[in-house]
Amino acid sequence: MTEDIRALSAQYAADPSSLVFLRLAEALRRRRQLDAALKIALQGLSRYPHLPEAHDLYARILTDKHDYANAFDEWDTVLRLSPDHLGAHKGIGFLYYRAGEPDHALYHLRLAAELDPDDAGLRAAVERVAGGEEIWEAPVPEAPPEREEEARAVTVAAGDPFVGLEGAEERLLLVDQDGFRLGGGLLSGQGIDVSEPAGALLAATTREAIRAARMLELGEWGHLTVEAAGVGICLLRPTHDTSLLCTMDAGLPAGQLSFFAERAAKAARAWLERVR
Amino acid sequence: MTGSYGAMLDSLTRLRGIRGAMVVSVEDGLVVADSLIAGMKGPPLAALSATLTARVTELTGSSGYGLPRFLHLEGSDGALLIAPAGSDLLLVAVAGRDVPLGLLRLEMLRMAEQLT
Repeated sequence: MTEDIRALSAQYAADPSSLVFLRLAEALRRRRQLDAALKIALQGLSRYPHLPEAHDLYARILTDKHDYANAFDEWDTVLRLSPDHLGAHKGIGFLYYRAGEPDHALYHLRLAAELDPDDAGLRAAVERVAGGEEIWEAPVPEAPPEREEEARAVTVAAGDPFVGLEGAEERLLLVDQDGFRLGGGLLSGQGIDVSEPAGALLAATTREAIRAARMLELGEWGHLTVEAAGVGICLLRPTHDTSLLCTMDAGLPAGQLSFFAERAAKAARAWLERVR
Repeated sequence: MTGSYGAMLDSLTRLRGIRGAMVVSVEDGLVVADSLIAGMKGPPLAALSATLTARVTELTGSSGYGLPRFLHLEGSDGALLIAPAGSDLLLVAVAGRDVPLGLLRLEMLRMAEQLT
């Protein structure tokens, strides 16, 4: 193992921007060299702030250091970046169980077990938390209730930014940089509320658009418009830390979508100034 | 195969203000064929285009809007335009400022149809 760490350290020293930091920090963590592992993980995170594996690694180190609150936040970040992340569901499930919240623990451990059905230890943990094997016959709940409640609380407390605008609750969605819904709502073409799943992906798409604009030297990112089946979509950033998604029926002039989006962005900016 | 793509891409890059065009593999984000002005690097453009399209596809899919037909990323100094061609390929173009994007969009949609 020492040789592994030496070899990994050499690789990391030769190319600090590579992803070898993940293996090095994990090797250090397993050797219980937690401060060294933490340092490497943080260096990696500073280079790859949107890499789920980096947040997952950091969370595991924090857990080993008994810093459970920050570990929870890190795994929460992982799930916003990658909702089906096995390690994050296991980690958060463990933290909930430890905190005496079996319902939340069960939710995440069930999802983890669905993602890795061959992990006998994980299945045993689920059965232990659930109090019996019959848990496998019950369907996995749709979404963790606490996140929805938080998002609703924010919206309810501050009102909605798009009050008075057409499509305020079905065509306009404002999220923060982590994908939490701040206002508005989004309905699919079938009339289903898709605000929550779309929110996380909206934030991730925005990050990708910013990265592409920067690396391709397109200047400051203005907006991203997308034509899809029966709908026109416009993504833009009302402020540096929020993303806005607007939709309109396909077939309407592109200028009308832009106008609608800019108007909504203006409303969002005014609302954010008011509530912050 | 690259030759037939080449003629198509050349016809795009002949339009005023177009810095480059390429065909990209969706699966791995690699360049299949390109026609770029000097100094423009194909591999990063291909990778970024594929990643951005994948993100948008996730977003439109999760929102119940199906697959994207055309993407337009607008910056203060230019634009990135992407027309998915079936599930395997992307037709990508980078345009400078003040380019008539309407014509370019129509051309790209037509070509993407041919690529499918």
